[in-house]
Amino acid sequence: MLEVQGLTCFRQNRCLFADLNFVLSEGQICQIEGVNGAGKSTLLRAILGLFRPDEGRIIWDGRSTTKQAELFLQHLFFLGHKFAINSDLTPWQNLEFWAALNPTNNTDFTAALSKVGLTGLEHIPCHSLSAGQHRRVALARLWLTNTKLWILDEPFTAIDKSGVQLLQQRFNTHLQSGGMILITSHQDLSKEFNQLIKIKLNNNIGQI
Amino acid sequence: MNINNRPIQLSYWLAFKSIFMRELKLAWQKPTQIIQPMVFFLIVVTLFPLGISPSPKILQMIGPGVIWIAAILAIMLVVERLFRQDYQEGTIEAWLLSTVPMSLLVGAKLLAGWFISCSVLLLITPILALLMNIEAHVIPALMLSLLIGTPILLFVGAIGNALTVSLNQGGVLLSLLVLPLYIPVLIFSTSLIEAATLNMDYSGQLAILVSMLLVSCFFAPVAIAAALKNTVN
Repeated sequence: MLEVQGLTCFRQNRCLFADLNFVLSEGQICQIEGVNGAGKSTLLRAILGLFRPDEGRIIWDGRSTTKQAELFLQHLFFLGHKFAINSDLTPWQNLEFWAALNPTNNTDFTAALSKVGLTGLEHIPCHSLSAGQHRRVALARLWLTNTKLWILDEPFTAIDKSGVQLLQQRFNTHLQSGGMILITSHQDLSKEFNQLIKIKLNNNIGQI
Repeated sequence: MNINNRPIQLSYWLAFKSIFMRELKLAWQKPTQIIQPMVFFLIVVTLFPLGISPSPKILQMIGPGVIWIAAILAIMLVVERLFRQDYQEGTIEAWLLSTVPMSLLVGAKLLAGWFISCSVLLLITPILALLMNIEAHVIPALMLSLLIGTPILLFVGAIGNALTVSLNQGGVLLSLLVLPLYIPVLIFSTSLIEAATLNMDYSGQLAILVSMLLVSCFFAPVAIAAALKNTVN
């Protein structure tokens, strides 16, 4: 269970959000909404521990994540704006490298790549793939990971319609097996997921 | 596909090896990484006889110093882009979110970086030494000083790169930050070579260089990990 307690983040003397509280339990998906610059990515980064919040705590299974960072990271899957795909390596090599640094016991890279429609492109350097395909390589990790909490920053960017559907199916199977998803997206997800929690970040320009 | 409630413990050795192999693969796919510093090194050294004097006596005198300064400049080229691509592509963030300690991952990257770029410099040094008319009995001392000195230069430079990687014009700041730190290495290695030229014992200078190497080996990965963590924040 992920709990966010009284989270407050400032950037350049601007309050992005103050005293934010929410709970995400097993089988739930939470969508963070807000205009550009509202602090969606900052919120995700604060939960991950990549950004130091000004106030507040992140609780994972009853204990603060700063006190059990390693345990928290073992249950975590993150996909950010920059998705750590090296453009000089092939999709296969990129996944192989990812699997060495992340907790997974599924190393069937060919199957994961075929899931995202990259069959036949496994051994081509990523710089010769299109933007959407590049992104699909990163998304193939969703079929390899067996962590509980997924934190996804705009996963649908540059993905076509059938790709979005495929991802939503994968989200559903993850939720059904007791996973949790924290997602930022501009798409309306309420039709696909009935247990969706929504968090709206208001742009508090000028407030301190 | 199923969720694993029992956390999987990652093998540190496998993570280390996979970063090392990844760097080798990248270097193999983009050989400019190896060739550019090497060609730069070669050209800088060959410019000196043209600019100063081709007389064998003068070359013999300035030779080791010239080779060392050229090596420093070549390593600056390597250091400047050490973490840049990884930072831009988000790999640094991914490393920070891995359960493997950041300093170990950075250590693997540094070791691979030394192996890829500095070993080539070492390989062409004997040829350049002949070009500069350096006596045969001095060449082993020159090689030894470069073998111990180049990793120090790379490790210290990498700290500077980690600190400036998020800046657009980091290159200028990097040289201001790092070049002064190279002075002690330069002093002791050239004094080692001078002792070797005079057929004197150079174990004192060697010991100091080795101790500098050990200190930088130990502290650089930790410092770089901390710097990168701050950069991402």
